[in-house]
Amino acid sequence: MSQPNRTAAGGRIDRERPLSFRFDGRHYVGHAGDTLASALLANDVHLVARSFKYHRPRGILSMGVEEPNALVQLGQGAYTTPNMRATQVELYQGLSAQSQNRWPSLSTDVGAINDRLSALLPAGFYYKTFMWPAALWMRYERGIRRMAGLGHAPREPDPDRYERMHAHCDVLVVGAGPAGLAAALAAGRAGARVIVADDQCEAGGQLLAERFEIAGRPALAWVGATLAELQALPEVRLLRRTAINAYYDHNFLVGCEQLPGERAKELSTVPRQRLWKIRAREVVLATGAIERPLVFPDNDRPGIMLAASVRGYLNRYGVKPGTRVVIATAADDAYRTALDLAGAGASIVAVADLRAQAAGYLPQQVRSRGIEVLTGARIVGTEGRMRVDAVRVQTGASRVRALACDLLAMCGGWMPSVHLFSQSRGKLEFDAGLGAFVPGAATQAVTCAGMVRGAPSLREALAQGFQAGAAAAARCGFDRIAKIECPPTLEPEETPIDASCAFRGTPGGGKQFVDWHNDVTVADVRLAAREGYDGIEHLKRYTTAGMGVDQGKTGNLNALALLAELRGVPVLEIGTTTFRPPYQPLAFGAIAGADSGALFDPVRRTPMHGWHERHGALFEDVGQWKRPWYYPRPAESMRQAVDRECLAVRAALGILDASTLGKIDIQGPDATEFIDRIYCNSFRTLAPGRCRYGLMLRQDGMVFDDGVSARLSEHHYLMSTTTGGAARVLAWLEEWLQTEWPRLRVYCTSVSEQYAQVAIAGPRCADMLAPLTDVKLDAMPPMSVREGSVAGIPARVFRISFSGAPGYEIAVAAGRGVELWTTLMGAGERFGITPYGTEAMHVLRAEKGFIIVGQETDGTVTPLDLGLDRMVAADKFFIGKRSLARADARRTDRKQLVGLLTESPQTVLPEGTQLILEPHDFAAAPRSPVAMAGHVTSSYYSANCGRSIALALVKAGISRLGETLYAPLDGQLVKVTLTAPCFLDAQAQVRRG
Amino acid sequence: MLRIACPWCGPRAEIEFSYGGEAHIALPEAADALDDAAWAQYLFMRTNPKGRHLERWVHTHGCRRWFNVVRDTASERIAAVYQPGAEPPEDAR
Repeated sequence: MSQPNRTAAGGRIDRERPLSFRFDGRHYVGHAGDTLASALLANDVHLVARSFKYHRPRGILSMGVEEPNALVQLGQGAYTTPNMRATQVELYQGLSAQSQNRWPSLSTDVGAINDRLSALLPAGFYYKTFMWPAALWMRYERGIRRMAGLGHAPREPDPDRYERMHAHCDVLVVGAGPAGLAAALAAGRAGARVIVADDQCEAGGQLLAERFEIAGRPALAWVGATLAELQALPEVRLLRRTAINAYYDHNFLVGCEQLPGERAKELSTVPRQRLWKIRAREVVLATGAIERPLVFPDNDRPGIMLAASVRGYLNRYGVKPGTRVVIATAADDAYRTALDLAGAGASIVAVADLRAQAAGYLPQQVRSRGIEVLTGARIVGTEGRMRVDAVRVQTGASRVRALACDLLAMCGGWMPSVHLFSQSRGKLEFDAGLGAFVPGAATQAVTCAGMVRGAPSLREALAQGFQAGAAAAARCGFDRIAKIECPPTLEPEETPIDASCAFRGTPGGGKQFVDWHNDVTVADVRLAAREGYDGIEHLKRYTTAGMGVDQGKTGNLNALALLAELRGVPVLEIGTTTFRPPYQPLAFGAIAGADSGALFDPVRRTPMHGWHERHGALFEDVGQWKRPWYYPRPAESMRQAVDRECLAVRAALGILDASTLGKIDIQGPDATEFIDRIYCNSFRTLAPGRCRYGLMLRQDGMVFDDGVSARLSEHHYLMSTTTGGAARVLAWLEEWLQTEWPRLRVYCTSVSEQYAQVAIAGPRCADMLAPLTDVKLDAMPPMSVREGSVAGIPARVFRISFSGAPGYEIAVAAGRGVELWTTLMGAGERFGITPYGTEAMHVLRAEKGFIIVGQETDGTVTPLDLGLDRMVAADKFFIGKRSLARADARRTDRKQLVGLLTESPQTVLPEGTQLILEPHDFAAAPRSPVAMAGHVTSSYYSANCGRSIALALVKAGISRLGETLYAPLDGQLVKVTLTAPCFLDAQAQVRRG
Repeated sequence: MLRIACPWCGPRAEIEFSYGGEAHIALPEAADALDDAAWAQYLFMRTNPKGRHLERWVHTHGCRRWFNVVRDTASERIAAVYQPGAEPPEDAR
């Protein structure tokens, strides 16, 4: 297939390797080395998109990251990616892309009606136009949402692989253009460890787009030699296709590397992208600049491009985007485009220079080729429906001339890419000569070199690069290089640009776009200023200028320069909106890396996990732990299984894997003193060999954690914590020990995973355990601990119970947990031993009114609220004590723990159900506020009670026992009666033992 | 992301650490004797300077030791790192 716009020779493409691809279903051919954009232009495809709001036909504007128009949907199915800049997509065999934001097709787009309706859709239209009647907004909004939006996200999970790299270096150079390469060379020669990151597939930066010479040879020969030298340096690493996206504190930068790979082999195991997290002692930003577009009526037609990009397509890709070219400019630079295009055989219709004079070397060269140069010339309009076919030019006050053309190249000068510098918290300055922002004072160890600093020439860019690289290396201690030799370049002096005329536009005429991506025009900016949205942050939000995928890379400066002029203040006073990461769009997959699915969070399993699995347990996630939830038998529902497990514990014998409980070994001469300060109840009185349930408060008096601690010997405790709280509690203990009480001689060690722990509970537990152990069970009082052996395994036996049933907990070394468990299962068989899970455990403890921290408590609950006043020691210091004396903690109308019984014993209220004091007719008055008296914290069906039970936090609940409250549930009111929070054998209450 | 020099382990990335709020807020010796306002002052009130801030960090995913840091909240520069209980170094601006 022919590529009508491809030149016969030249460019960086591989003409021996044709690649076929599809755009909107049509087949085309490009070459290896093309981007999707250059391949489309080679095939004379300019119309590639419809604009965001007005659905205007749009073409390729630029050749890089700044592209606001040519966004495509790339690939299909799960691999599809929306809003890819065609200018950044490397062509591959079989590539398939779709245009976006059009229906049914690019050339016939129904949404284009918006362009005619634009009077209804001014800036901020969604605040004004569709507001009446208010009730209809939701309907309008649906339609507007359908119209808006660009590409579509895949519905399937991302099948690609991503990975992450962490790297450290002395000098990170961002950008491998002339300044970046010079900096890398200087730093590398000095011996520094250097990383050079560049977003392109090959180094050279702007040199790839130009026909410059360095040291008398083509500039790319210098690039090649420099790369060869860099690659030979052992401490230099070159990252291609790696866009540095973010500049964080302490010189921490994040980049994303595109890994080349034929996307046709989509199931390959090669990662698609690699996220680089780089910590650099010194950073050299050689991020270049973006060409500034001009503002004039209908400046958005396909075939209107940035002048340097036109030149770049020609020189880098061998693509001549047009044959009859008008050039509109405010700077000398565009004359290079005229010269290069004319050299490639294109016809240059005219150069329309906004400046009153164009007398520099480059304009003279253009004139000497017989090309007409119009000075003081404004573009007052363009023609052409799907592609520009004429430009109307006015010189001074003279008659408007229409120039027929198929390409309009425009140039408003260059805007330094200060994004990363600004992200680093560097201050920006406004360079009046450039009419753009340049880096000012740095906050971090960063220097800028080249066009990002406004370097006016290649010579200057190289000099800045060498200097910045050498200085950065020297600051890292690498000062081997005494003298840097900058290679000579031959460049004409350029006359200054006239930045003031680029953004102003022309009164009257068609739409004059400032922000192509979001369809923001000069009129929108004027409207915003007129309506008082005249700060840059207001302007952005009101007009959406700069809020597109391109983040206003081409449009922001023109918008704020225009605003500055409207307000009559300097541009610097308007300032910029904050530059935030990422510099360009980043796939979520790249951020997540391998941390997805099973690798998202570690999974912790107890030693007996395999047994539970083999016996049909379903598991519940508790923190990172997998805990057996219940053990359904075949054809058994959850309710049936839990009922069976609960009944077995109270009637005979149950067995629970309690290994996940947090366990902290606390030793030292001051251990007792320490624990006494940590828990709100007294531990001073606890004898060795005994256990006590302890309640831990935060400094504000709220319950933080609980658990049973055992005093193993005089100076040795074993503290247990909630499963999810183990790490938090250990950190809490360490914080107090290290920062507040460093003189206490106490050592805390996590032993949660060192022990397997099994709870056996039920009236037959001693019958089963006694024959298996040398511990004298009948000599063990409740809440005691003994060391001995169980089933021949060294063990600690605790006489404690969280179910309220008679019980023991046995701890053995983790490696022998399975052995202990299976032995107990065997020995318990004749007693009907029943493994039970966390659900039954929760029901059993609720029958006794035992709290679970995090369920009955939520960080606003004191021990007094839980009715645990007797656990609060008056005669000692403990953490949180002073807060319990605050008037607020003593309020009698605080939410307090109570039991709830529903009127119907079968009704199980959902946890979280709100409670109200008076019956309320929600059907009659659905919107009227109803005072809420509390909420349900735990709620179960209890087979042992033969009815539902619930725990709740209710305002002044302790004084309301016996009263009736109401729980709104599914449109009905459920009557509930407040009771004491214990539903079984209240007399035989044994707190956790 | 900050790079913090743990006094025991050396420079490490911020993700290894946890922040512990303002430093040098000692638990009052006789807390029971404080009135509610004074207790609330201790418990809740913290300085919020733009600039030099003395603060606590703990090397959670490392040695698990607490230490103090002098950090500039505006520039994020860390001027010094010192032991808990010690006074900040004189030269830490």
